[in-house]
Amino acid sequence: MDETRRGFLKTLGLGALGAGAAIPILEVLRPGSGEALAQVTGAATAKSGARATGRQLAMVVDVEKCLRDDVRKACVEACDRAHNIPSIPDPKQVIEWTWSDPFGDVFADQINEHTAAAAKEAPVLLMCNHCTDPPCIQVCPTGATWKRAKDGIVMMDMHRCIGCRYCMAACPFGARSFNWRDPRPYVQHDADGKPLSDFPTRTKGVVEKCTFCAARVDVGGQPACVEAANQVPGGEGALVFGDINDPDSDVSRILGERMAMVRRVSLGTGPNVYYLVPDALPALAAGVEVEGEA
Amino acid sequence: MSSRTRIGLGLGVFFLLGAYPVWNGLASRAAPERPELAPAVDSTGATLCIEDTTWMKDHHQKLLNEWRTLVVRDGQRTWVSSTGKTWTIGLEETCFKCHANSETFCTRCHDYANVQPFCWDCHVLPQGGQIHG
Amino acid sequence: MIQNFFRGGRRYWTLMALWVVLIVIGLFAYDRQWHLGLSVTGMSRDVSWGLYIAQFTFMVGVAASAVMVVLPFYLHDYKAFAKTVILGEFLAVSSVIVCMTFVFVDLGQPRRVMNVLLHPQFHSVMFWDFMSLFGYLLLNIVIGSMAIEAERKGTPPPHWVHPLIYLSIPWAVSIHTVTGFLYAGLASRPFWMSAILAPRFLASAFAAGPSLLIVLALGVRRWGGFDIGRQAIRTLGTIVTYAMAVNVFFVLLEVFTALYSGIPHDRQTLTYLYVGMDGRAALTPWMWAGDILAVVSLVGLLVPRIRHQERWLVPLCAGVFASLWIDKGLALVVAGFIPSPLEVVTQYAPTATEIAISVGVYAVGALVLTMLYKLVLNVREKTQLA
Repeated sequence: MDETRRGFLKTLGLGALGAGAAIPILEVLRPGSGEALAQVTGAATAKSGARATGRQLAMVVDVEKCLRDDVRKACVEACDRAHNIPSIPDPKQVIEWTWSDPFGDVFADQINEHTAAAAKEAPVLLMCNHCTDPPCIQVCPTGATWKRAKDGIVMMDMHRCIGCRYCMAACPFGARSFNWRDPRPYVQHDADGKPLSDFPTRTKGVVEKCTFCAARVDVGGQPACVEAANQVPGGEGALVFGDINDPDSDVSRILGERMAMVRRVSLGTGPNVYYLVPDALPALAAGVEVEGEA
Repeated sequence: MSSRTRIGLGLGVFFLLGAYPVWNGLASRAAPERPELAPAVDSTGATLCIEDTTWMKDHHQKLLNEWRTLVVRDGQRTWVSSTGKTWTIGLEETCFKCHANSETFCTRCHDYANVQPFCWDCHVLPQGGQIHG
Repeated sequence: MIQNFFRGGRRYWTLMALWVVLIVIGLFAYDRQWHLGLSVTGMSRDVSWGLYIAQFTFMVGVAASAVMVVLPFYLHDYKAFAKTVILGEFLAVSSVIVCMTFVFVDLGQPRRVMNVLLHPQFHSVMFWDFMSLFGYLLLNIVIGSMAIEAERKGTPPPHWVHPLIYLSIPWAVSIHTVTGFLYAGLASRPFWMSAILAPRFLASAFAAGPSLLIVLALGVRRWGGFDIGRQAIRTLGTIVTYAMAVNVFFVLLEVFTALYSGIPHDRQTLTYLYVGMDGRAALTPWMWAGDILAVVSLVGLLVPRIRHQERWLVPLCAGVFASLWIDKGLALVVAGFIPSPLEVVTQYAPTATEIAISVGVYAVGALVLTMLYKLVLNVREKTQLA
């Protein structure tokens, strides 16, 4: 190849390279790209979460009340309905924002070989823990998940997610689900062919999880599961929601009075879903009809 | 075959392929008619969008991007229009209350402009809409 | 220069045609995945990474191994590697291309891949992995093409290439360290969360890469007339031996820590891999086969009289490569998810679509490698005639 043609190709290549390299640099420097700048300067604080700044929303789960199938079922159904969660037939590829699992698996680091079998099998309601130091946020390469400064909710931006699933590997609690296929055909529709709620149904290739019903919270409401549990007779207070950094909130009051457990506490992620475990769990659990999942 | 012939043939094939949109467009169908969009009315019979029609035609794409950032990333759910009116940000909560049939509104215009927005991959279509592949 | 990619005999074009066929098969399979989503793979909510990311991890190691020839030649003037470095650098180029393609086919929303550049997150190891891989690719393309150009002209490469070469040495180490960090920093996966994971990655890389390079070099000598020299092959064999010894040692260290401490979380995954858990043991035969292969290959390599005979060196290298592939390209990534955070054993097996796509991606690498090695052969032929 002669020199001029080679030179032209080299210039082209270098130009393309320069343009490509310029993209993140320009993005960071663009005026108004506050978010990008915050990422550069706030890289160290990406994990520090809302505990530093104020509000941290948290959930207290009364394990005893949630032993009841009707309570847990109401929570899961309310969540499914509010968020158009699909019902995927393949158990390996289900989408679950809130679900139940046996106590012995949820708190595997707390039980021992003499823990009563009934207690080990007792169903416990689970969801994203909206940790104070979330590892999922640490690993996300695009910022599709982040911790809201105003209330500590670990939020999902389904528009930005590239579906790399690093967050799923990083979550110690198995709280995240991935849309392995288009969920729309598996979302419950009413007689007119409309999904049960207006919530976007998401698309294949993005990760999703419980968001503490950020949309409801933003307009002063409570998560759908909390409302649903409170409407089950005898289920009032099964789930209590509030700002754990507010000493006057319900959650703070409860935690001031009772011992509560969090999942995998030794990992230091600072989960904000607290479980009130009754002393009499073996007896209470034996009295209920135990199913695998709610 | 000489170099010149080979180059000429190659160029010819290249331009033929490159002009595909032109000759395919010319051959396949007549120019589509300008779409007639269904009027959008809310429950009170009002027909005013959040901004005027011309502005919305020009800027709805950018507006939706800004709304998306405001709601999803900043958690801000209200927006004040140029007339000072406060609106709830949301396709389903605001836009679709009036633009209630995507077939006669969104689809007609986008089909005419040959634009495929992927909003419907996730967002719930207003009543009467079909989901495009 | 580029004309050299198109100058070849029947053998060259047959090989290229084979790669193209495999790539086309892969494309058809990928089209299926594009439309149906990743549900066409064997991955699940519990095992959310599978064959693609495992291949990515393995090939990053092969890419990094170029440093094992670059370092002796450029830093220590080890003249025996004079003809080997170009093969190593071009192997690195094709390996990195394979890596990045595997990540791409694993993405749920590949259309949005530019988000990594548009919204960089400096706290994410994955962001840094993308950046370091891309930088390494560029480095090796530049260095390799400068080297081949210099060869063609019969002059030494321009002086500004040297700082790039020196940069490529720690950079090679860094690409596999950062890939190790992808795994080793996750508190959620005790099987991965070990300080020795990154060193283990490097050791296995420095055994797998050179062993592949030996086989490729012997092939290029046999069918292309390009001989890197007896001494180079011998030294590469020594490198494979030492690296494999270190790798096996590191694996045993991990086994000791897990088994002697008896901590359930550290022990569980090893139990699943070697014995099975909850009646599930899909990977067990692979693990035992891989380990036996590794030990047998290592023992063979450790005996100089065996190692110095090429008819033994090739199967031993193949054994090293295969056993390391089983360890990294099959077991490591998948087993990290077993048991799940809720103590459930969900197994994973790749589907036909997944395998077809993976074969297609490997064929892309093979295509690039064939072209680049053909370039080397053609330039060598020309300069020898001149």
